[in-house]
Amino acid sequence: MIIRLGRTYYTLPLRLLAGGVLAVGLLAALVSTFYTIEAESQGVVLRFGRYLKTVEPGLRLKLPFGMDRVYPVPVRRQLKQEFGFATPGATNPDQYTDTREQELERSMVTGDLNAASVEWVVQYRIADPLAFLFAFRDPGHALRDLSESVMRTVIGDRTVDEVITVGRQEIEAEALERLRRQVAQYGLGVSIDQIQLKNVNPPAPVQASFNEVNQAQQERERTINLARGEYNKVVPRARGEAEERLRTAEGYAIRRINEAQGDAARFLALFAQYTNAPAVTRQRLYLETLEEVLPRLRGKIVVDETARQVLPLLQLQPAKPTP
Amino acid sequence: MKTFAPLVLLLTAALGLLLACGAFYTINETEQVIITQFGKPIGEPRTNAGLHLKLPFIHAVNRLEKRVLRWDGRPSEMPTKDKTYIVVDAFGRWRIRDPRQYFLRLRDERSAQSRLDDILGSEIRNAIARHELIEVIRSTRDREPALDTALVGTNETVTSRLYPIRKGRPLVEEEIFTNAAPKVAVFGVELLDVQFKRVNYNPSVAQRIYDRMISERQQIAERFRSEGAGEAAKITGQRQKDLQTIESEAYRRIQEIRGAADARASEIYAVAYNRSPEAAAFYRFLRTLEAYKAVLTNDTTLILTTDSAFFRLLKHADTPGLE
Repeated sequence: MIIRLGRTYYTLPLRLLAGGVLAVGLLAALVSTFYTIEAESQGVVLRFGRYLKTVEPGLRLKLPFGMDRVYPVPVRRQLKQEFGFATPGATNPDQYTDTREQELERSMVTGDLNAASVEWVVQYRIADPLAFLFAFRDPGHALRDLSESVMRTVIGDRTVDEVITVGRQEIEAEALERLRRQVAQYGLGVSIDQIQLKNVNPPAPVQASFNEVNQAQQERERTINLARGEYNKVVPRARGEAEERLRTAEGYAIRRINEAQGDAARFLALFAQYTNAPAVTRQRLYLETLEEVLPRLRGKIVVDETARQVLPLLQLQPAKPTP
Repeated sequence: MKTFAPLVLLLTAALGLLLACGAFYTINETEQVIITQFGKPIGEPRTNAGLHLKLPFIHAVNRLEKRVLRWDGRPSEMPTKDKTYIVVDAFGRWRIRDPRQYFLRLRDERSAQSRLDDILGSEIRNAIARHELIEVIRSTRDREPALDTALVGTNETVTSRLYPIRKGRPLVEEEIFTNAAPKVAVFGVELLDVQFKRVNYNPSVAQRIYDRMISERQQIAERFRSEGAGEAAKITGQRQKDLQTIESEAYRRIQEIRGAADARASEIYAVAYNRSPEAAAFYRFLRTLEAYKAVLTNDTTLILTTDSAFFRLLKHADTPGLE
């Protein structure tokens, strides 16, 4: 084809042009026809904006030029949201908020009108991709709002001591149950797997006094243990010593009786002989005794019956030890 | 002229395509559409997703959200009935129920949000002012707190209790909802719910709360310390008592045992020595001799006269015998 512009004639390679346009169009169509769905996802396909089908992972075909649109939804991925803290490197934008917001997420009022700082994690998965995409705008944010509300409802029904120490498991269980109910009621299209409490603390300015309570508790145990130790140090010993003295006394008793019996037996035996010859036996015993006793004596003075007057001249002091 | 024929054809085709494009439009699953003719809504709102037809150029497509939307209130400070200043952050769910009404009254979402801000904001303020703080904190009326056994005292419980409520958080939320829902309904907006996300003390109140918590904890700590001292004193007392008991009981038993033994020995002696007058005399004799042995020791000086039974022979050789 030849066209004229002004005084110049141009030859247009019409076939070539048409062919080129067609080729580019085909290429574009080809490129926008194929798509892949990752292993962890399902794809929701809309044709002219209307829901057509949900496809499983793999290489798939669709109508080109925006007639079919595909929204991949990571249904098999374990997702989580963190409240009051943030693990760095998260890819899910709903997983955490900025630092200022975290501060607000943490602080709560308990049912005894005290304050507590609670950090927790919600583990969830997308269970119904259609509901997740079409029921709510920004379902991740909706879930964040709900879990904050639920956690405060649960914490608000408990004393600060329950929140910090004894009630943790119960709180997790009740929050999980409540959140599941709310999510089902909202039709968010997610299933909640777990709620885990992380750091649960009294507010920072109060922390020291909570520690003081712990210390006092330890101190109480220590004081009691010391007193018990003191008790254990003396009482069993005293028991043993009493036992010892008792045994000694029992020994004494046995000995006393045995001796008495021995003495009695000896006496009786002697007495039996004595009755046979009383006078001789008596003299013998007397002399034997003197014989035994007299040699031991330091001084023996034999005085005549008639010489009594010498007595005052004798030195009758007790013996002085010889140097 | 003939040379321009293909060009005209091309232009016509382009125009046709343009008209066709103007006649077709798509509605996404997430949208609903109001068709306006020169700004004036005509016909019913279209809510079914897919490909639709309209008059090109004359009809304009106004897309509105079909999904549930989020209202996120700004945190604002307000007093409760008991004049405590708290910061309340609430959220709500809403959707466009009557697109035509919505489109006429509000046009876009920004103005809808600001209307919701006004209405819900004031309803929340009203509700908070009508209730005491605890009513928006707690939710179940008859819950008994679990007690931290470590903190429970032996005599009385010092740890804090849950404050009683008459209504509780869900009822207050419902009150706000029932008051606000008709007010937003006139804009074609359906309010789905309103919930408190965060309720916190304002900073100056928080400081007072902290002070109270600290004093509460200190009181508990003091109790622990005094409990420890008390318990220790009890143990010390018990120790004294046990020691005295053990020692005195042992003493009593020992005296009993010794007494019994002495009595028994005495009896044995009496039986042996008392069997006849001769035996008694013999015993006296024997025992006197025994006593000599014991009394006359090596530091004794004995003055004997020749008159004595033993030495009589010194003077009187003719008299043998002692009698």
